[in-house]
Amino acid sequence: MTPTTADRAPMAGMKVYNLKLGMWVFLLSEVMFFTGLIGAYIILRFAHPEAFAEPGVVLNVPLTAFNTFVLICSSVTMVKAFAAIEQGDQQGLQKWLLATILLGAFFVGVQIVEYTILTGEGFVPMAESYHAIARGAAEGSAVIGGPLYGATFYTMTGFHGAHVSIGVLCLCFTWWRARKGAYTAGSLGGVEIMGLYWHFVDLVWILLFTIVYLI
Amino acid sequence: MATGEGHKAPPYMMVFGVLAVLTVLEVLFAFTGLPKIWLALGLIAMAVWKAVLVALYYMHLRFEPTRLWVMALAPVPLAIILVAVVIKEIFTTGSGF
Repeated sequence: MTPTTADRAPMAGMKVYNLKLGMWVFLLSEVMFFTGLIGAYIILRFAHPEAFAEPGVVLNVPLTAFNTFVLICSSVTMVKAFAAIEQGDQQGLQKWLLATILLGAFFVGVQIVEYTILTGEGFVPMAESYHAIARGAAEGSAVIGGPLYGATFYTMTGFHGAHVSIGVLCLCFTWWRARKGAYTAGSLGGVEIMGLYWHFVDLVWILLFTIVYLI
Repeated sequence: MATGEGHKAPPYMMVFGVLAVLTVLEVLFAFTGLPKIWLALGLIAMAVWKAVLVALYYMHLRFEPTRLWVMALAPVPLAIILVAVVIKEIFTTGSGF
């Protein structure tokens, strides 16, 4: 049930309404989840630098940089959707939510294309079939890195991609409810917490992109 | 209390501009050929800057009660400890993984 203004009366302790507090607690658990993944990657990279590659050698940095920009744009459209319903603009809410859905789906699509290309080039997480070479190198060139690189890459970006995909589905549900007029200027908690999740997904990708693709 | 009440609208488009510029700068910086340690520090600094902007303005943390700030920042020292302590272990005992 979307909270009304009365339902969103802040609790005595945290001074935020229950839905928002619940979403923040969930996001903090997600912070620890991704810290475990990214932390493990950093530690393995320090311990076995020969198993990884320099930026741009195997991974497509320009494509992913563009995809990062797409995700940042989706954060803008999400915040515009929230700003619209704060003013009671139903059409604006639906428009910007739809834009966010399309941009999020585009991001996932580009990731799938990237995975397809990388696996075709031998960049896989399995030791017996790993044979990644430098981008643009001739067939038969020296293998770059090892399966540890592939395993950590697909684990981190795969889990993030799953979060984005689930976010897109939740956004579709939010958009559907917006079309039924479920949200108003005095009853917008559902849009706000959806925005919190989506911005968190963007925030994690900002860090992932830097650590995995650029360092 | 809904976010947005009691304060003027955050500068969403200005933040977007900063995020876009920082993304371009990050990519360019990554290929400057600087020593690895300076590259890593510079890139992490830019990434953290972007993440903080998203948290403060898009997630509206800047306008939330202090108690929520404390809660949101709670995992940060835990994350730093996790990574820093194990990396120190690697350097003091060798890469015996």
